[in-house]
Amino acid sequence: MSRYSRVGRPKPQGGGLELAIWYMMRLTGLALFVLALSHFLIVHLVVDPSQQSADWIQTVRWSSMFWRAFDWLLLMMVLFHAFMGVRTVVIDYTRGGARSALLMALYLTGIVLFVIGTMVVMTMPVVPKA
Amino acid sequence: MINGYRIGEGMLAWLFHRISGVAIWAFVVLHVFDIYLAGSNPGLYNDLLGFYASPFGRILETLLGAGLLYHALNGARIIIMDFWPVMTRYNRIMWYICWVIFVAVGLPVAYVILKPIWGA
Ligand code: HEM
Ligand code: HEM
Repeated sequence: MSRYSRVGRPKPQGGGLELAIWYMMRLTGLALFVLALSHFLIVHLVVDPSQQSADWIQTVRWSSMFWRAFDWLLLMMVLFHAFMGVRTVVIDYTRGGARSALLMALYLTGIVLFVIGTMVVMTMPVVPKA
Repeated sequence: MINGYRIGEGMLAWLFHRISGVAIWAFVVLHVFDIYLAGSNPGLYNDLLGFYASPFGRILETLLGAGLLYHALNGARIIIMDFWPVMTRYNRIMWYICWVIFVAVGLPVAYVILKPIWGA
C-alpha cells in the first residue's frame, strides 16, 4: 500500500490526536502554499524590503482590514505548521527528559509568538489610507 | 555516495524538506518578533530593516525564499501522494517537476531580490 509517501510522516493509524495533527499539517501546508508564497512575493517583488518601515506597515499595509486578516491567518497557519513540524523533528531525535524539556520550550515559544503576533496585528491603531 | 551509503532521491527529498522546514521555522521565530517590534518599538524595527535591505541580508533572504519554494513544492508533492495514492507511481516525475518549477520561478525572483546589490 502507498500509505508511505516517501517524505512525509506516514499517516498515523488508530486515529486520535496524532491523526488530527497529520491532517492539520496537510491542511495548513496547503493554506501556506498560497499565503506564504504570496506574502513572500509581495514583500520582495511588489515592494522592496528597503521600503517596509514601521510607518509603511501601519499607514499602507495595515490600513486595510483585508491585509490584517490575511496576515493573521498566515500567522495562525504558519505557527501551527512550523511548530508541529519541529515537534516531529524533536521527537525523532530525542527521548526521555531532554525530549520533554525541548517540547515544553517549543510549545512555550509558540504560545508567546501567538500572543505577540496577534497583539500587534490586532491592536496597532488604524490609520485610514490617505 | 555519502559515507558509503547510496543516497536515493527519496532520501534527499526528505532531507531537504526537513532542513528547509526547520530553517524557515527559525526565521519565523525571528520574524514574528520583528513585526511585533514594528508596533512596540518602531525605531528598533527600522534599524533591523536596514539589515533586511543590506547586501548580506538580501543573500539570506534569497536562501530563505529558495528553502520556502522547495519546501512548498515538495510539500505539495507529498500531499498529492497522501490523498491520491495512485500518484505515488509518478513520484519521481513529480520530484523532477518540482525542480523545473523551482528553477523557472526561483531564478527570476532571486534576480529581483539581489539586483539592488549591484545597483540595478
Ligand atoms: C508553503 C507551503 C508548505 C507546504 C505545502 C508544506 C507542506 C508540508 C508537509 C506535507 C509536511 C509533512 C508533514 C508531516 O509529514 O508531518 C511538512 C513538514 C514540515 N514543514 Fe511544511 N509546508 C509548507 C510551509 C512550511 C513553512 C512556512 C514552514 C516553517 C515555518 C514549514 C515547516 C515544516 C516543518 C518544520 C516540517 C517537519 C519536517 C519533518 O518532519 O521532516 N513548512 N510541510
Ligand atoms: C525576508 C522575507 C520577508 C519579509 C521582508 C517580510 C516582511 C513582512 C512585513 C513587512 C510584514 C508586515 C505586514 C505586511 O506587510 O504584510 C510581515 C508580516 C508577516 N509575515 Fe513576513 N516577510 C518575509 C517572509 C515571511 C515568511 C517566509 C513568512 C512565513 C512563512 C512570513 C510570515 C509573516 C507573518 C505571519 C506576518 C504577520 C505577523 C503578525 O501579524 O504578527 N513572512 N512580513
